[in-house]
Amino acid sequence: MAERSGVWVYAVAENAAADSVRGVRGVADGPVHTVTVSGLTAIVEDVPLDRFSESALRRNLEDLAWLEAAARAHHRVIDAAAGGGPVVPMRLATVYSGEAGVRAALADRATDFRGALSRIGTQQEWGVKAYAVPPRAAAPPPENAPPGPAAAGAGAAYLRRRREQISGHEQARQSALAAARTVHAALSRLAAQTRLHPPQAPQLSGNSDQMLLNAAYLLDGRQSGELAALVAALAEQHPGVRLELTGPWPPYSFAGLDEGREGAQ
Amino acid sequence: MTYGNVVQPSSGPTAYGSRTGGSHEPANLGDILERVLDKGIVIAGDIQVNLLDIELLTIKLRLVIASLDTAREVGINWWETDPWLHAGAVGGSGDRELERENRRLRERIRELEPGEYGDG
Repeated sequence: MAERSGVWVYAVAENAAADSVRGVRGVADGPVHTVTVSGLTAIVEDVPLDRFSESALRRNLEDLAWLEAAARAHHRVIDAAAGGGPVVPMRLATVYSGEAGVRAALADRATDFRGALSRIGTQQEWGVKAYAVPPRAAAPPPENAPPGPAAAGAGAAYLRRRREQISGHEQARQSALAAARTVHAALSRLAAQTRLHPPQAPQLSGNSDQMLLNAAYLLDGRQSGELAALVAALAEQHPGVRLELTGPWPPYSFAGLDEGREGAQ
Repeated sequence: MTYGNVVQPSSGPTAYGSRTGGSHEPANLGDILERVLDKGIVIAGDIQVNLLDIELLTIKLRLVIASLDTAREVGINWWETDPWLHAGAVGGSGDRELERENRRLRERIRELEPGEYGDG
């Protein structure tokens, strides 16, 4: 190792994937290239250790702007690679001290990688989120109370109003959750596999409405139109939730080497 | 009604439809982070990787799971854990909360208006 550089790994694919990342710049703004061992190709970039050593990464990853740039670059390369065929995405910041380590990993895990690649095939990941529509829009305020016990005092009246208000909110919430559940069930029937991500915080989602469902679905690439139509139909059927469809994504949520069983249904 | 920002395959990064002004806004950072930090493959590699696990965990806690309150409120795996989904409307945490508040208020009212609310 003459140069002080490490190797950042983006994804593992079949041989053919090399073409799809030609000219793509990576996290260090360098060219992306490939390392191939007996038919398995790692998509990698040489990264300078002054910015990508363990200590430098530790520092840099704490910097949100740096993290965002790295995450977007990592995703950009994987996305480009996925355009050329099935890929198994690596987690952010998978860094080796040299190509030898990458070759060893490809050889050691060859069976797992091939299994994951064949499982993914031509399938793509899509994301669907459901947000609760604010109650005032979804349900009328519970104003007209049923006739309570006659001669109830102000305290009892307050109690009744408060109870109705809470149960109104609860009803709106429950019906939104039920709608999200129905949406997920319907989409799961179309998908080969599903994964549930934790709902995102408003500052991450960029949306102040409460996220109730944050799911990923694995579908064959040819089903994207069918999926979009189903999401549109579900959105119409369930005005209590707002649906958001994203994708196609590289199969981040489904490529796990040890996740063959989980979530398959 | 918005139901989504559908993006056609093959158009570079899986961009959302332009959500702000005319600029072509790339995918939501949260969507990317939860995937590249949490979902990509972890392969045992150099020491760097193992140590980074720790670091990534703190980042996840700080950023991605910054949604902890939301997640807890709806149940982080609400699909499996939400009592409503299993027990219907009865016995859900929302009902328990409602019950508790009702009991509290009833007691308070009994104190303030002994004659009004009976001894129900």
